[in-house]
Amino acid sequence: MSAINQFVLHVATVNGSGSQSANQVLLKSLFQMGLKVGGKNLFPSNIAGLPTWFTIRVHPQGYTSRLSHQDILVAMNPATWSKDLKDLKPGGFLLYTSEIKVDPTALRQDIHAHPIAFRDLVEGISPSVKLKKLLVNMVYVGLLSELLEIPEECSRWALEDQFAGKGSVVDTNWKAFQAGALYAREHLVGLRSEQFPYRVQRSPDSPCETSEPKVSGQRLLMDGNSATAIGAVVGGCTFASWYPITPSSSVMESFVHWAGELRPPSQGKTYAVVQAEDEIAAISMVIGAGWAGSRAMTATSGPGLSLMAEAAGLAYYAEIPAVIFNVQRAGPSTGLPTRTLQGDVLAAAYLSHGDTRHILLFPGNLEECYEFAQVAFDLAERCQSLVIVLTDLDLGMNLQVGPRFAYPQKPYDRGKVLDKEDLDRLEGDFARYRDVDGDGICYRTLPLTEHPKAAYFTRGTGHNETSGYSEDPEVFRRNLERLKKKFLTARSHVPAALWQRTEGSGATTAPRTSIGIIAYGSSHEAMTEAMDLLAQEGVACEYLRLRAYPFSSEVEDFLKAHQDPESPLFLVEQNRDAQMLSLLKEAFPQLACKTKPVLQFDGLPLEAAFVAREILSEVNS
Amino acid sequence: MSSTHSPASVKTNSIGLERSEYVGSKSTLCTGCGHDSVTNHIISAYFESGVSPYRVAKMSGIGCSSKTPAYFMNRAHGFNSIHGRMAPISTGAFLANHQLQLIGISGDGDTGSIGLGSFCHLLRRNVPMVYIVENNGVYGLTKGQFSATADKGSTLKSGEINPFTSIDLCSLAIDMGCSFVARSFSGDAKQLVPLLRAAIQHRGTAFIDVISPCIAFANHEGSTKSYQAVREHLQQLQEMGIILPQEPLQVEYQEGESTQVELADGSILWLKKLNSQEHSLNDPSLAQKKLREASDQGQILTGLFHYNPHQPALDKSLEICEKPLAQLGEAELRPSPDHPLFR
Repeated sequence: MSAINQFVLHVATVNGSGSQSANQVLLKSLFQMGLKVGGKNLFPSNIAGLPTWFTIRVHPQGYTSRLSHQDILVAMNPATWSKDLKDLKPGGFLLYTSEIKVDPTALRQDIHAHPIAFRDLVEGISPSVKLKKLLVNMVYVGLLSELLEIPEECSRWALEDQFAGKGSVVDTNWKAFQAGALYAREHLVGLRSEQFPYRVQRSPDSPCETSEPKVSGQRLLMDGNSATAIGAVVGGCTFASWYPITPSSSVMESFVHWAGELRPPSQGKTYAVVQAEDEIAAISMVIGAGWAGSRAMTATSGPGLSLMAEAAGLAYYAEIPAVIFNVQRAGPSTGLPTRTLQGDVLAAAYLSHGDTRHILLFPGNLEECYEFAQVAFDLAERCQSLVIVLTDLDLGMNLQVGPRFAYPQKPYDRGKVLDKEDLDRLEGDFARYRDVDGDGICYRTLPLTEHPKAAYFTRGTGHNETSGYSEDPEVFRRNLERLKKKFLTARSHVPAALWQRTEGSGATTAPRTSIGIIAYGSSHEAMTEAMDLLAQEGVACEYLRLRAYPFSSEVEDFLKAHQDPESPLFLVEQNRDAQMLSLLKEAFPQLACKTKPVLQFDGLPLEAAFVAREILSEVNS
Repeated sequence: MSSTHSPASVKTNSIGLERSEYVGSKSTLCTGCGHDSVTNHIISAYFESGVSPYRVAKMSGIGCSSKTPAYFMNRAHGFNSIHGRMAPISTGAFLANHQLQLIGISGDGDTGSIGLGSFCHLLRRNVPMVYIVENNGVYGLTKGQFSATADKGSTLKSGEINPFTSIDLCSLAIDMGCSFVARSFSGDAKQLVPLLRAAIQHRGTAFIDVISPCIAFANHEGSTKSYQAVREHLQQLQEMGIILPQEPLQVEYQEGESTQVELADGSILWLKKLNSQEHSLNDPSLAQKKLREASDQGQILTGLFHYNPHQPALDKSLEICEKPLAQLGEAELRPSPDHPLFR
């Protein structure tokens, strides 16, 4: 029996060995076939020599979330070999470098193991010892592509895309690829029926005709950080400042790339990017630019977010539009900076001192990374607020397939800005912090507005309606109340939570119980699969996906609909302390108090089986 | 010679504004504070230069000095920000709208301690702005702690002696590649107003370290930045003044003793050497040597130390477009819908 478009492949190597490029070639060739393939890179905080793993998953239902056990293992790293082997499923297929010296009889007997002399196979392709080390990776790609029956033109397309513009590199790698394919044909294909049941078949929407990089048919392959960056370009970002930090650096690097491509400078660039001296400076520059009228952003991760705390409070009290893309990771300091977590939810919501509250967005997939980046700038200017977009390493750095992006139909929302003509019309009746419309959002003017009443003196906490200095307790209290009202106004501007009823696929009988599940951000990838797993066990789910804070009205409705103790409510998060649950309980003390947290916080992307297991044990108890 | 810093003789400036249109709110600083004098000189300089207040953005961090932008040009937008972050906030504001004429007023705590890193990086980037440090060697708003510019051996009011080396902000600025570095004294209108006028015309960071005594916490014996100590130890590198474009050159000086610097608006800054001090305006090593020598002798050297009008400003380094970034809209910012990224 063959498994069509269904396998999990795990490659264990050391970083800096060139395996990343090879793995991406394999991933892209599957993408080019029209498959919804997912790639997860588990890498150390190091440049060369430490263990790294790359997992490629294809599934007929489109599941791409992480699994802790794999069908195929390519073992290239002697240091992690024995542990890697444990995660291979019974009946799994193992390719291992013959440099791993092991007695075949001492191996697990429930797997199919094949040592490969990769070094010998690249002999003659290049005289360079260094290059040969890199090319061994392309050998296993060729070998697996042959076994999986990936059409050669898709592999060639992927290779050319990966090494775009480097003709000789393409040729050399193609030779290594062919050496692997030839080896497979000569030594392994005959074993296929009993040892290697995995095949891939083109999906109907998989034309191999386009040569556009990373675009196939109506679909895109990219990481979330790139999608965020493209969203920022499309969303009109004109100023960006940042301090390098994993896993957010590629947001800015992609921004520079895509801004150059999508907004080619005719007479100078339509954006400024400053690599700052630290994150405090980065957010400060963003605040300065937002104050002067630019759509401005920074990208960071937990440690940087902490450093931005004071300035975040300034943005809150002075009411200055600013956008932070915070790609969450474990922290602080060394340890797990290259592992994923949803650990900054509370820190971001309350970032700074005194009473503060910030608008948060939680994109759940590639498309939302793109869309919410645009929404973030509209929200920041509409609400004159800091907006923090929370993604994480899993969503930000791992390669995913999504639909091509929707071109925006609406103009930018530049918010309440008065220009000279407005001030003439109002006969100069302007006070920076006066709540004219009753929604808590005041009007602002920008520097260089040539009207005698335009200017105001921006201050932090203590100011009256005209932005004059004030320590009057009543003025202070009133301003805080208005800021609270403004935050509540934001509820009707943020992306609504999505309420989805799911029977799940694979359910064989009518559900014996029903539950509610809330999740957000990168967890969405695993949630679809988790709910299918639950359906197979007779548990039907209603699923609410949070997409923003403050919570839209759908959240309260969903909580109200799930108060029946017979139908428990779960909140899935990737942190230890159920941080989102804290925000929910604060917003809805009565409605949210019985919600049960399901928490994975090991630094690895959320696993669907874990969610299903945790919920089942609760439901069955 | 032009004597443009006597506004009483002029009712309106080149753009038809009166000096009163350059003032701000009433100062809430201590009577006798050096900073209030600096505020007055700023008002004079902007008025005399004919700068439209609408084009100006007044920036500051936190501290007594950082309050002062409220006391001048109330038709200009101002931003009293957070401690030590005037430099990056100004950088962002400038890039958002490079037609803004920024003036930043900081203090020795704001720039010399908490904001030192960002100060250095602002100078490296050559952000076009007038950057003033009102330097009194002491934290005023928190009631009299030493700052990083307090001289070694100087004392607090309590008698406590500063055991640490002071940071010379002008030396540091020269090291960081600042394109305009000067020092003056809050009580010296004749020097500070021309310096400010030259700084306003400079297309790059114009840094002026203004010794501005704190009447409340550093005006005692033992303070090296008291009015008395400063007056006793001031050493001017040059005498200076501004000649307007339409005025004939009528400077009285001996051949070889004066330098003329043409500014962006066509006016001229003339500098006359004093005490036979040879100086070149674009020789950082020489400037450092003079600063060090004066400091070793316990003197406070003032004047224009370094000037390089050809250093590219940040907007040029980043190659941003002519239209201010803040004013760009969908037409300039939205990509073509034909790109294969879009469906």
